[in-house]
Amino acid sequence: MARIIAGVASSHVPAIGAAIDNKKTEEPYWKRVFSGFEKSKEWMAKTKPDVAIVIYNDHASAFSVEMIPTFALGCAAEFPPADEGWGPRPVPVVKGHPELASHIAQSVILDEFDLTIVNKMEVDHGLTVPLNLLFGSPKEWPCPVIPLAVNVVMYPPPTGHRCYMLGKAIRKAVESYPQDLRVVMFGTGGMSHQISGPRAGLINSKFDKAFLDNLSRDPKKLTRIPHLEYMREAGAEGIEMVMWLIMRGALDDKVDEVYRFYTVPASNTAVGHIILENRGKASTKSKRGAAPKRKLAAARSRTQRIASKHSASC
Amino acid sequence: MPRTPQDYDDIPGTFVFDAERSRQGYGINMFCMSLMKDENRKAFKANEAEYLKKFKLTPEQTEAILKRDYNRMLELGGNIYFTAKLGATDGRSFQQLAAMMTGSTQEAYAQMMLGGGRSVEGNRSKSGRDKPAGKSKAKSQKKSRSKRG
Repeated sequence: MARIIAGVASSHVPAIGAAIDNKKTEEPYWKRVFSGFEKSKEWMAKTKPDVAIVIYNDHASAFSVEMIPTFALGCAAEFPPADEGWGPRPVPVVKGHPELASHIAQSVILDEFDLTIVNKMEVDHGLTVPLNLLFGSPKEWPCPVIPLAVNVVMYPPPTGHRCYMLGKAIRKAVESYPQDLRVVMFGTGGMSHQISGPRAGLINSKFDKAFLDNLSRDPKKLTRIPHLEYMREAGAEGIEMVMWLIMRGALDDKVDEVYRFYTVPASNTAVGHIILENRGKASTKSKRGAAPKRKLAAARSRTQRIASKHSASC
Repeated sequence: MPRTPQDYDDIPGTFVFDAERSRQGYGINMFCMSLMKDENRKAFKANEAEYLKKFKLTPEQTEAILKRDYNRMLELGGNIYFTAKLGATDGRSFQQLAAMMTGSTQEAYAQMMLGGGRSVEGNRSKSGRDKPAGKSKAKSQKKSRSKRG
Protein backbone atom coordinates (compact mmCIF):
# COMPACT_ATOMS: atom_id res chain seq x y z
CA MET A 1 0.00 0.00 0.00
CA ALA A 2 1.21 3.52 -0.77
CA ARG A 3 1.50 6.00 2.09
CA ILE A 4 2.04 9.70 2.58
CA ILE A 5 4.98 10.00 4.94
CA ALA A 6 5.58 13.74 5.09
CA GLY A 7 4.65 17.17 3.84
CA VAL A 8 6.91 20.02 2.79
CA ALA A 9 5.83 23.62 2.31
CA SER A 10 8.02 26.09 0.49
CA SER A 11 7.83 29.39 -1.33
CA HIS A 12 8.49 29.19 -5.07
CA VAL A 13 9.86 32.67 -5.80
CA PRO A 14 11.08 32.83 -9.44
CA ALA A 15 14.14 34.90 -8.46
CA ILE A 16 15.34 31.92 -6.38
CA GLY A 17 15.38 29.87 -9.58
CA ALA A 18 17.19 32.66 -11.42
CA ALA A 19 19.79 32.83 -8.62
CA ILE A 20 20.43 29.09 -9.00
CA ASP A 21 20.55 29.25 -12.80
CA ASN A 22 22.88 32.26 -12.78
CA LYS A 23 25.10 30.78 -10.04
CA LYS A 24 24.45 33.53 -7.53
CA THR A 25 23.72 31.25 -4.59
CA GLU A 26 26.92 32.25 -2.79
CA GLU A 27 26.17 35.98 -2.87
CA PRO A 28 25.27 37.18 0.65
CA TYR A 29 21.71 38.14 -0.32
CA TRP A 30 20.99 34.68 -1.71
CA LYS A 31 23.10 32.75 0.76
CA ARG A 32 20.73 33.94 3.48
CA VAL A 33 17.89 32.23 1.57
CA PHE A 34 19.68 29.06 0.46
CA SER A 35 21.34 28.36 3.81
CA GLY A 36 17.84 27.91 5.20
CA PHE A 37 17.36 24.88 2.98
CA GLU A 38 20.60 23.03 3.74
CA LYS A 39 19.03 20.95 6.50
CA SER A 40 16.01 20.33 4.29
CA LYS A 41 18.17 18.85 1.57
CA GLU A 42 19.78 16.56 4.12
CA TRP A 43 16.36 15.53 5.37
CA MET A 44 15.18 14.85 1.83
CA ALA A 45 18.31 12.84 0.98
CA LYS A 46 17.62 10.64 4.02
CA THR A 47 13.88 10.41 3.46
CA LYS A 48 14.19 9.30 -0.19
CA PRO A 49 10.53 9.36 -1.18
CA ASP A 50 9.36 7.12 -4.03
CA VAL A 51 7.04 9.80 -5.38
CA ALA A 52 6.47 13.52 -4.76
CA ILE A 53 3.09 15.16 -5.30
CA VAL A 54 3.77 18.86 -5.89
CA ILE A 55 0.96 21.34 -5.44
CA TYR A 56 1.82 24.58 -7.18
CA ASN A 57 0.41 27.20 -9.47
CA ASP A 58 1.18 27.98 -13.06
CA HIS A 59 2.12 31.60 -13.84
CA ALA A 60 0.81 32.17 -17.37
CA SER A 61 3.12 29.46 -18.72
CA ALA A 62 1.09 26.29 -19.36
CA PHE A 63 -2.27 27.98 -18.90
CA SER A 64 -3.01 31.41 -20.33
CA VAL A 65 -6.41 33.02 -19.83
CA GLU A 66 -7.85 30.69 -22.47
CA MET A 67 -8.33 27.97 -19.88
CA ILE A 68 -8.26 28.38 -16.12
CA PRO A 69 -8.72 25.02 -14.38
CA THR A 70 -9.15 25.22 -10.61
CA PHE A 71 -7.40 21.89 -9.94
CA ALA A 72 -5.38 20.30 -12.76
CA LEU A 73 -3.64 16.99 -12.11
CA GLY A 74 -0.65 16.09 -14.29
CA CYS A 75 -1.06 12.49 -15.45
CA ALA A 76 1.62 12.58 -18.17
CA ALA A 77 4.84 10.55 -18.22
CA GLU A 78 6.91 13.71 -18.31
CA PHE A 79 6.62 17.46 -17.94
CA PRO A 80 9.23 19.64 -19.69
CA PRO A 81 10.31 22.91 -18.04
CA ALA A 82 8.43 25.85 -19.57
CA ASP A 83 10.02 28.78 -21.38
CA GLU A 84 9.04 31.70 -19.17
CA GLY A 85 10.55 34.31 -21.45
CA TRP A 86 14.25 33.63 -20.86
CA GLY A 87 14.35 30.10 -22.29
CA PRO A 88 13.38 27.01 -20.25
CA ARG A 89 15.17 26.72 -16.90
CA PRO A 90 18.21 24.43 -17.18
CA VAL A 91 16.66 21.79 -14.91
CA PRO A 92 15.91 18.13 -15.69
CA VAL A 93 12.64 17.17 -17.34
CA VAL A 94 10.16 16.26 -14.60
CA LYS A 95 9.22 12.60 -14.83
CA GLY A 96 5.65 11.83 -13.82
CA HIS A 97 3.98 8.80 -12.28
CA PRO A 98 1.04 8.29 -14.65
CA GLU A 99 -0.21 5.13 -12.90
CA LEU A 100 -0.52 6.68 -9.46
CA ALA A 101 -1.72 10.00 -10.93
CA SER A 102 -4.59 8.41 -12.84
CA HIS A 103 -5.46 6.32 -9.80
CA ILE A 104 -5.66 9.54 -7.74
CA ALA A 105 -7.79 11.21 -10.43
CA GLN A 106 -10.27 8.34 -10.46
CA SER A 107 -10.49 8.19 -6.69
CA VAL A 108 -10.86 11.91 -5.93
CA ILE A 109 -13.35 12.56 -8.73
CA LEU A 110 -15.59 9.87 -7.24
CA ASP A 111 -15.04 11.66 -3.94
CA GLU A 112 -16.63 14.72 -5.60
CA PHE A 113 -13.48 16.71 -6.41
CA ASP A 114 -13.87 17.46 -10.10
CA LEU A 115 -10.25 17.62 -11.23
CA THR A 116 -9.06 18.49 -14.68
CA ILE A 117 -6.83 15.77 -16.09
CA VAL A 118 -3.78 17.07 -17.92
CA ASN A 119 -1.88 14.72 -20.21
CA LYS A 120 0.40 17.33 -21.75
CA MET A 121 1.82 20.18 -19.75
CA GLU A 122 4.95 22.22 -19.26
CA VAL A 123 5.88 23.19 -15.72
CA ASP A 124 7.24 26.56 -14.64
CA HIS A 125 9.21 27.90 -11.67
CA GLY A 126 6.21 27.29 -9.41
CA LEU A 127 7.08 23.59 -9.53
CA THR A 128 10.79 23.50 -10.32
CA VAL A 129 12.04 26.01 -7.71
CA PRO A 130 10.78 23.96 -4.72
CA LEU A 131 12.32 20.84 -6.32
CA ASN A 132 15.69 22.63 -6.43
CA LEU A 133 15.34 23.80 -2.85
CA LEU A 134 14.73 20.27 -1.56
CA PHE A 135 16.65 18.12 -4.06
CA GLY A 136 19.40 20.52 -5.10
CA SER A 137 20.44 20.57 -8.75
CA PRO A 138 20.90 16.91 -9.78
CA LYS A 139 21.17 15.66 -13.37
CA GLU A 140 17.87 13.84 -12.94
CA TRP A 141 15.23 14.45 -10.26
CA PRO A 142 15.56 11.60 -7.80
CA CYS A 143 11.91 10.54 -7.90
CA PRO A 144 8.83 10.80 -10.08
CA VAL A 145 6.70 13.91 -9.52
CA ILE A 146 2.94 14.32 -9.86
CA PRO A 147 2.10 17.98 -10.46
CA LEU A 148 -1.17 19.38 -9.15
CA ALA A 149 -1.70 22.87 -10.57
CA VAL A 150 -4.12 25.05 -8.62
CA ASN A 151 -5.62 28.28 -9.90
CA VAL A 152 -4.59 31.04 -7.54
CA VAL A 153 -4.05 33.58 -10.33
CA MET A 154 -7.67 34.45 -11.10
CA TYR A 155 -9.92 35.22 -8.17
CA PRO A 156 -11.49 33.24 -6.66
CA PRO A 157 -9.08 30.41 -6.01
CA PRO A 158 -10.55 27.39 -4.22
CA THR A 159 -11.22 28.08 -0.53
CA GLY A 160 -8.75 26.96 2.10
CA HIS A 161 -11.32 24.48 3.38
CA ARG A 162 -11.82 22.99 -0.07
CA CYS A 163 -8.06 22.62 -0.44
CA TYR A 164 -7.75 20.93 2.94
CA MET A 165 -10.51 18.47 2.07
CA LEU A 166 -8.91 17.74 -1.30
CA GLY A 167 -5.76 16.85 0.59
CA LYS A 168 -7.74 14.32 2.59
CA ALA A 169 -9.21 12.84 -0.60
CA ILE A 170 -5.72 12.57 -2.12
CA ARG A 171 -4.52 10.75 0.98
CA LYS A 172 -7.40 8.28 0.71
CA ALA A 173 -6.52 7.75 -2.96
CA VAL A 174 -2.84 7.19 -2.22
CA GLU A 175 -3.65 4.72 0.54
CA SER A 176 -5.81 2.69 -1.81
CA TYR A 177 -2.97 2.28 -4.31
CA PRO A 178 -1.71 -1.31 -4.11
CA GLN A 179 2.01 -0.71 -4.64
CA ASP A 180 4.26 0.03 -1.66
CA LEU A 181 5.22 3.67 -2.25
CA ARG A 182 6.40 6.35 0.16
CA VAL A 183 4.94 9.66 -0.93
CA VAL A 184 5.91 13.21 0.08
CA MET A 185 3.48 16.08 -0.51
CA PHE A 186 4.77 19.54 -1.44
CA GLY A 187 2.65 22.63 -0.82
CA THR A 188 4.25 25.59 -2.58
CA GLY A 189 3.85 29.36 -2.97
CA GLY A 190 3.57 32.20 -0.49
CA MET A 191 4.25 33.43 2.00
CA SER A 192 3.07 37.03 2.31
CA HIS A 193 3.68 39.04 -0.84
CA GLN A 194 2.02 41.43 -3.19
CA ILE A 195 3.60 42.05 -6.56
CA SER A 196 0.84 44.05 -8.22
CA GLY A 197 -0.50 47.59 -7.86
CA PRO A 198 0.52 50.52 -5.65
CA ARG A 199 0.55 48.28 -2.52
CA ALA A 200 3.22 45.99 -4.03
CA GLY A 201 5.95 45.00 -1.61
CA LEU A 202 3.60 44.18 1.25
CA ILE A 203 5.01 41.71 3.78
CA ASN A 204 3.34 40.55 6.99
CA SER A 205 5.70 38.41 9.02
CA LYS A 206 3.29 38.24 11.95
CA PHE A 207 0.64 36.66 9.74
CA ASP A 208 3.19 34.30 8.21
CA LYS A 209 4.55 33.07 11.53
CA ALA A 210 1.06 32.48 12.90
CA PHE A 211 0.27 30.58 9.69
CA LEU A 212 3.34 28.35 10.14
CA ASP A 213 2.43 27.71 13.80
CA ASN A 214 -1.11 26.74 12.91
CA LEU A 215 -0.07 24.70 9.91
CA SER A 216 1.93 22.58 12.28
CA ARG A 217 -0.46 22.38 15.22
CA ASP A 218 -3.96 23.57 14.37
CA PRO A 219 -4.51 23.43 10.60
CA LYS A 220 -8.30 23.42 10.92
CA LYS A 221 -8.07 26.99 12.17
CA LEU A 222 -6.42 27.95 8.87
CA THR A 223 -9.23 26.41 6.83
CA ARG A 224 -11.54 29.13 8.16
CA ILE A 225 -9.46 32.06 6.85
CA PRO A 226 -11.56 33.84 4.21
CA HIS A 227 -9.97 34.95 0.95
CA LEU A 228 -10.44 38.61 1.90
CA GLU A 229 -8.25 38.10 4.96
CA TYR A 230 -5.43 36.47 2.99
CA MET A 231 -5.41 39.35 0.50
CA ARG A 232 -5.73 42.09 3.11
CA GLU A 233 -3.20 40.66 5.55
CA ALA A 234 -0.74 38.75 3.36
CA GLY A 235 -1.02 40.63 0.06
CA ALA A 236 -3.02 39.99 -3.10
CA GLU A 237 -0.65 37.17 -4.11
CA GLY A 238 -0.31 35.86 -0.55
CA ILE A 239 -3.54 34.00 -1.24
CA GLU A 240 -1.30 31.30 -2.74
CA MET A 241 -0.99 29.92 0.77
CA VAL A 242 -4.30 28.05 0.33
CA MET A 243 -2.20 25.53 -1.62
CA TRP A 244 -0.30 24.62 1.52
CA LEU A 245 -3.57 23.38 2.98
CA ILE A 246 -3.85 20.63 0.34
CA MET A 247 -0.52 19.29 1.55
CA ARG A 248 -1.58 19.64 5.19
CA GLY A 249 -4.95 17.96 4.60
CA ALA A 250 -3.12 14.90 3.28
CA LEU A 251 -1.18 14.49 6.56
CA ASP A 252 -2.22 13.15 9.95
CA ASP A 253 -4.07 15.55 12.25
CA LYS A 254 -1.09 15.45 14.60
CA VAL A 255 2.31 15.67 12.96
CA ASP A 256 5.92 16.22 13.98
CA GLU A 257 7.42 19.50 12.87
CA VAL A 258 10.89 18.53 11.73
CA TYR A 259 12.15 21.87 10.49
CA ARG A 260 11.15 25.43 9.80
CA PHE A 261 12.74 28.41 8.07
CA TYR A 262 11.57 31.95 7.42
CA THR A 263 13.31 34.93 5.88
CA VAL A 264 12.44 38.26 4.25
CA PRO A 265 12.86 39.01 1.41
CA ALA A 266 13.58 37.00 -1.69
CA SER A 267 12.94 39.63 -4.33
CA ASN A 268 9.37 40.74 -3.44
CA THR A 269 8.37 37.87 -1.20
CA ALA A 270 8.60 36.44 2.31
CA VAL A 271 10.14 32.99 2.10
CA GLY A 272 8.58 30.37 4.35
CA HIS A 273 9.39 26.71 4.63
CA ILE A 274 8.33 23.88 6.92
CA ILE A 275 8.70 20.10 7.01
CA LEU A 276 6.05 18.01 8.74
CA GLU A 277 6.22 14.26 9.23
CA ASN A 278 3.47 11.77 9.82
CA ARG A 279 4.23 9.91 13.01
CA GLY A 280 3.77 6.42 11.66
CA LYS A 281 6.01 7.05 8.68
CA ALA A 282 8.98 4.92 9.74
CA SER A 283 6.99 1.70 9.61
CA THR A 284 5.63 2.24 6.14
CA LYS A 285 8.21 0.47 4.08
CA SER A 286 7.79 -3.24 4.73
CA LYS A 287 11.40 -4.14 4.10
CA ARG A 288 12.53 -1.68 6.74
CA GLY A 289 10.29 -3.31 9.29
CA ALA A 290 8.51 -1.52 12.11
CA ALA A 291 10.79 0.70 14.15
CA PRO A 292 10.62 0.04 17.88
CA LYS A 293 8.58 2.62 19.75
CA ARG A 294 11.56 3.85 21.72
CA LYS A 295 13.48 4.59 18.52
CA LEU A 296 10.56 6.57 17.16
CA ALA A 297 10.27 8.63 20.32
CA ALA A 298 13.99 9.37 20.20
CA ALA A 299 13.72 10.44 16.58
CA ARG A 300 10.83 12.69 17.49
CA SER A 301 12.66 14.46 20.25
CA ARG A 302 15.66 14.91 17.94
CA THR A 303 13.57 16.56 15.30
CA GLN A 304 11.91 18.80 17.84
CA ARG A 305 15.31 19.96 18.98
CA ILE A 306 16.18 20.94 15.42
CA ALA A 307 12.90 22.78 15.13
CA SER A 308 13.34 24.70 18.34
CA LYS A 309 16.90 25.63 17.49
CA HIS A 310 15.67 27.12 14.28
CA SER A 311 12.66 28.88 15.61
CA ALA A 312 15.12 31.24 17.29
CA SER A 313 16.28 32.46 13.88
CA CYS A 314 12.72 32.84 12.56
CA MET B 1 -21.54 49.00 -17.15
CA PRO B 2 -19.84 49.88 -13.85
CA ARG B 3 -17.91 47.23 -12.03
CA THR B 4 -19.81 45.11 -9.49
CA PRO B 5 -18.67 46.26 -6.04
CA GLN B 6 -16.70 43.63 -4.09
CA ASP B 7 -15.55 43.39 -0.47
CA TYR B 8 -11.91 43.31 -1.59
CA ASP B 9 -12.25 46.67 -3.37
CA ASP B 10 -11.67 48.02 0.15
CA ILE B 11 -8.04 46.88 0.08
CA PRO B 12 -5.93 49.92 -0.84
CA GLY B 13 -3.58 49.92 -3.82
CA THR B 14 -4.85 46.58 -5.06
CA PHE B 15 -6.65 45.49 -8.23
CA VAL B 16 -7.85 41.96 -7.64
CA PHE B 17 -7.83 39.97 -10.89
CA ASP B 18 -11.28 38.46 -10.54
CA ALA B 19 -13.63 36.81 -13.00
CA GLU B 20 -15.01 40.17 -14.11
CA ARG B 21 -11.56 41.65 -14.79
CA SER B 22 -10.54 38.39 -16.46
CA ARG B 23 -13.41 38.79 -18.93
CA GLN B 24 -12.74 42.49 -19.45
CA GLY B 25 -8.97 42.10 -19.80
CA TYR B 26 -8.90 39.06 -22.05
CA GLY B 27 -7.38 41.09 -24.91
CA ILE B 28 -4.65 42.61 -22.72
CA ASN B 29 -3.63 39.24 -21.33
CA MET B 30 -3.68 37.47 -24.70
CA PHE B 31 -1.58 40.29 -26.15
CA CYS B 32 0.93 39.85 -23.32
CA MET B 33 0.90 36.10 -23.81
CA SER B 34 1.76 36.58 -27.50
CA LEU B 35 5.02 38.20 -26.38
CA MET B 36 6.32 34.79 -25.35
CA LYS B 37 7.35 34.38 -29.00
CA ASP B 38 10.41 36.23 -30.22
CA GLU B 39 8.91 36.99 -33.66
CA ASN B 40 5.94 38.65 -31.94
CA ARG B 41 8.17 40.68 -29.66
CA LYS B 42 9.98 41.97 -32.75
CA ALA B 43 6.73 42.77 -34.58
CA PHE B 44 5.39 44.60 -31.52
CA LYS B 45 8.58 46.61 -31.08
CA ALA B 46 8.63 47.54 -34.79
CA ASN B 47 5.16 49.12 -34.65
CA GLU B 48 3.39 48.93 -31.32
CA ALA B 49 0.08 50.55 -32.24
CA GLU B 50 -0.24 48.44 -35.39
CA TYR B 51 0.55 45.21 -33.55
CA LEU B 52 -2.07 45.96 -30.89
CA LYS B 53 -4.78 46.10 -33.57
CA LYS B 54 -4.59 42.32 -33.74
CA PHE B 55 -6.19 42.09 -30.29
CA LYS B 56 -9.60 42.99 -29.02
CA LEU B 57 -8.73 46.01 -26.92
CA THR B 58 -10.69 49.10 -25.86
CA PRO B 59 -9.10 52.49 -26.59
CA GLU B 60 -8.35 52.82 -22.83
CA GLN B 61 -6.60 49.47 -22.78
CA THR B 62 -4.55 50.32 -25.87
CA GLU B 63 -3.54 53.63 -24.34
CA ALA B 64 -2.52 51.98 -21.05
CA ILE B 65 -0.33 49.49 -22.92
CA LEU B 66 1.31 52.13 -25.13
CA LYS B 67 2.00 54.34 -22.11
CA ARG B 68 3.20 51.38 -20.02
CA ASP B 69 0.75 52.40 -17.33
CA TYR B 70 0.90 49.14 -15.40
CA ASN B 71 -1.59 50.06 -12.71
CA ARG B 72 -4.14 51.11 -15.32
CA MET B 73 -3.58 47.81 -17.17
CA LEU B 74 -4.40 45.95 -13.96
CA GLU B 75 -7.45 48.09 -13.38
CA LEU B 76 -8.69 47.33 -16.89
CA GLY B 77 -8.30 43.58 -16.50
CA GLY B 78 -4.63 42.85 -17.02
CA ASN B 79 -3.01 40.33 -14.71
CA ILE B 80 0.46 40.89 -13.29
CA TYR B 81 1.86 37.55 -14.48
CA PHE B 82 0.81 38.52 -18.01
CA THR B 83 1.76 42.21 -17.93
CA ALA B 84 5.17 41.13 -16.59
CA LYS B 85 5.76 39.64 -20.05
CA LEU B 86 5.38 43.12 -21.53
CA GLY B 87 7.84 44.31 -18.89
CA ALA B 88 10.30 41.60 -19.89
CA THR B 89 9.91 42.62 -23.55
CA ASP B 90 11.04 46.08 -22.50
CA GLY B 91 13.91 44.53 -20.53
CA ARG B 92 12.38 45.33 -17.15
CA SER B 93 12.66 42.97 -14.21
CA PHE B 94 9.77 42.14 -11.93
CA GLN B 95 11.19 44.36 -9.24
CA GLN B 96 11.48 47.26 -11.66
CA LEU B 97 7.80 46.84 -12.53
CA ALA B 98 6.88 46.69 -8.86
CA ALA B 99 8.80 49.92 -8.27
CA MET B 100 6.96 51.56 -11.20
CA MET B 101 3.57 50.48 -9.88
CA THR B 102 4.33 51.85 -6.43
CA GLY B 103 5.60 55.15 -7.84
CA SER B 104 9.02 54.56 -6.40
CA THR B 105 12.53 54.18 -7.78
CA GLN B 106 13.89 50.68 -8.05
CA GLU B 107 16.56 51.50 -5.51
CA ALA B 108 14.08 52.81 -2.96
CA TYR B 109 11.80 49.83 -3.57
CA ALA B 110 14.64 47.33 -3.16
CA GLN B 111 15.66 49.09 0.07
CA MET B 112 12.11 48.86 1.37
CA MET B 113 12.10 45.11 0.68
CA LEU B 114 15.46 44.67 2.44
CA GLY B 115 14.01 46.53 5.38
CA GLY B 116 11.25 43.96 5.72
CA GLY B 117 8.85 45.12 3.03
CA ARG B 118 5.82 47.39 3.12
CA SER B 119 4.12 47.16 6.49
CA VAL B 120 0.52 46.03 6.56
CA GLU B 121 -0.17 48.60 9.26
CA GLY B 122 -2.04 51.48 7.69
CA ASN B 123 -2.38 49.49 4.47
CA ARG B 124 -5.28 47.17 5.24
CA SER B 125 -8.32 49.16 4.36
CA LYS B 126 -9.62 52.19 2.54
CA SER B 127 -12.67 52.44 4.76
CA GLY B 128 -10.73 52.55 8.03
CA ARG B 129 -11.22 48.93 9.04
CA ASP B 130 -7.55 48.93 9.66
CA LYS B 131 -6.98 46.35 12.34
CA PRO B 132 -5.66 42.83 12.26
CA ALA B 133 -8.45 40.39 11.63
CA GLY B 134 -9.87 38.90 14.78
CA LYS B 135 -7.95 41.24 17.08
CA SER B 136 -8.57 44.59 18.63
CA LYS B 137 -6.44 47.54 17.61
CA ALA B 138 -3.20 46.53 19.19
CA LYS B 139 -0.37 48.64 20.47
CA SER B 140 1.81 47.11 17.79
CA GLN B 141 0.04 49.28 15.25
CA LYS B 142 1.34 52.47 16.81
CA LYS B 143 4.76 50.99 17.30
CA SER B 144 5.01 49.89 13.73
CA ARG B 145 3.76 53.21 12.37
CA SER B 146 6.39 55.15 14.17
CA LYS B 147 9.00 52.73 12.87
CA ARG B 148 8.03 52.80 9.23
CA GLY B 149 6.35 56.18 9.07
